Amino acid sequence: MVDSLPSLFWACLQFTVPLTLLSFFLGLAVGFLAAVARLFGPRPLSIFVRFYVWLIRGTPLLVQLFLIFYGLPSVGIVLDAFTAALIGFTLNVGAYSSEIVRAVLLAIPRGQWEAAYSIGMTWRQAMRRTVVPQAIRIAVPPLSNTFISLVKDTSLAAAITVPELFRAGQRIVATTYEPLIIYIEVAIFYLAVSSVLSALQTRLEHRLSRHDGHAEVAR
Amino acid sequence: MIAVEGVHKSFGTNHVLKGIGLQVPEGGVTALIGPSGSGKSTLLRCVNLLEVPEAGRIRIGDSDLHFSTTTKVSARAMLGLRRKTGMVFQSFQLFPHRTAVENVMEGLVTVQGWTSDRARDRAVELLDKVGMSAKADAWPSTLSGGQQQRVAIARALAQSPDVLLCDEPTSALDPQLASEVVDVLLQLARDGTTMVMATHDLRLAAAIATNVVFLDSGEIAEAAPSEQFFSDPQDPRTRRFIYR
Ligand SMILES: Nc1ncnc2c1ncn2[C@@H]1O[C@H](COP(=O)(O)OP(=O)(O)O)[C@@H](O)[C@H]1O
Ligand SMILES: [Mg+2]
Repeated sequence: MVDSLPSLFWACLQFTVPLTLLSFFLGLAVGFLAAVARLFGPRPLSIFVRFYVWLIRGTPLLVQLFLIFYGLPSVGIVLDAFTAALIGFTLNVGAYSSEIVRAVLLAIPRGQWEAAYSIGMTWRQAMRRTVVPQAIRIAVPPLSNTFISLVKDTSLAAAITVPELFRAGQRIVATTYEPLIIYIEVAIFYLAVSSVLSALQTRLEHRLSRHDGHAEVAR
Repeated sequence: MIAVEGVHKSFGTNHVLKGIGLQVPEGGVTALIGPSGSGKSTLLRCVNLLEVPEAGRIRIGDSDLHFSTTTKVSARAMLGLRRKTGMVFQSFQLFPHRTAVENVMEGLVTVQGWTSDRARDRAVELLDKVGMSAKADAWPSTLSGGQQQRVAIARALAQSPDVLLCDEPTSALDPQLASEVVDVLLQLARDGTTMVMATHDLRLAAAIATNVVFLDSGEIAEAAPSEQFFSDPQDPRTRRFIYR
């Protein structure tokens, strides 16, 4: 029972955490590009992005993972389980975060773009120096929610044989017949990871709100 | 040399500027006055191409752009012309995520490629000029409206534009805060900064302008040196506006 903890810890560290971090940041990049394409891109591209978001948001994550891992080999694309999960979660985060990114980019007042243009910035400079930094600040709370959901959703990767935290738990249960204790341990691991993330979110929000002109004593 | 010729601008079916022609004397202050909705802001925004005219010519120094429905002016050329201007907005529009001095440095660093140290020196100098150097490291949200607008003026001047465009620079401010901004603008005028200022405040126009242009429904009703304009207005629309 006690020796279940090290193997759960390893599964968490080796699979759950990397899968979460990689798919979140890759997904965020996809989401940013998708949002920019939809807002500023040519019409066909913007339609394609809407199709992508519609497709991902309208189908269960588990079905997407099965399609990638069990379905794609039929057309000659064979992926190992971790890669398949990574692709699935990245596409997922990409679709959900693109909606968030789109909303926060639209929330930056037109006057800020104009101020940036008025001092001679190009579109890219205005985006990078003026719009994105302000958008990030508004995006942190909703993106943190996506992130924390993702931590928990990675347990679905167990269904396509990724030996992550939940699957490690299942394996131990299969030999020890102690589902109550083992699954409580598994739950505690998820709780620990998401609590750490929430704490980081709070710190990040605090840091980003420093230009609100209060509570900024020491950094 | 700053000149506008035959500028037309429409928003949908709303024909806002109907062939505006205007010469801005260097070192002087040209006030654009006229009733609300007459096109003052649109004209200013056409000068720095935040709005692109459908027709006409805009000339600042060696940037000379012709607009028509059949030709497309390159983005590079438009950027070149815009970089000869600075703009002060009615609602300040400081970058809220940058301190006062960073706001002023921003164009120097990002657009001109200056090192941060050099840009900071120049920015502090400009903040000094607008009486804001003591607040160099303050966040915009902690500043009063008048202070924000003074920082915005310093930001607009940072890259030494040929012309400073001001769109109702004081009308978002209480009279007391407005006066500290007016003082800064007067000082700039005395220093020979070329300015075009849209305002519906006749007192401000009379105090600061060397030339006045009266805009009515997208047309120039009257343009004259300031003294003559206020002492002896010719156009009936101008008279009505001044003596209302
Ligand atoms: N971005 C815009 N889109 C549509 N109409 C606009 C826009 N900007 C200005 N207008 C219209 O142009 C006219 C002139 O506006 P404006 O230049 O702001 O006048 P002023 O600054 O003299 O008050 C108004 O009828 C206004 O509604
Ligand atoms: Mg206006």
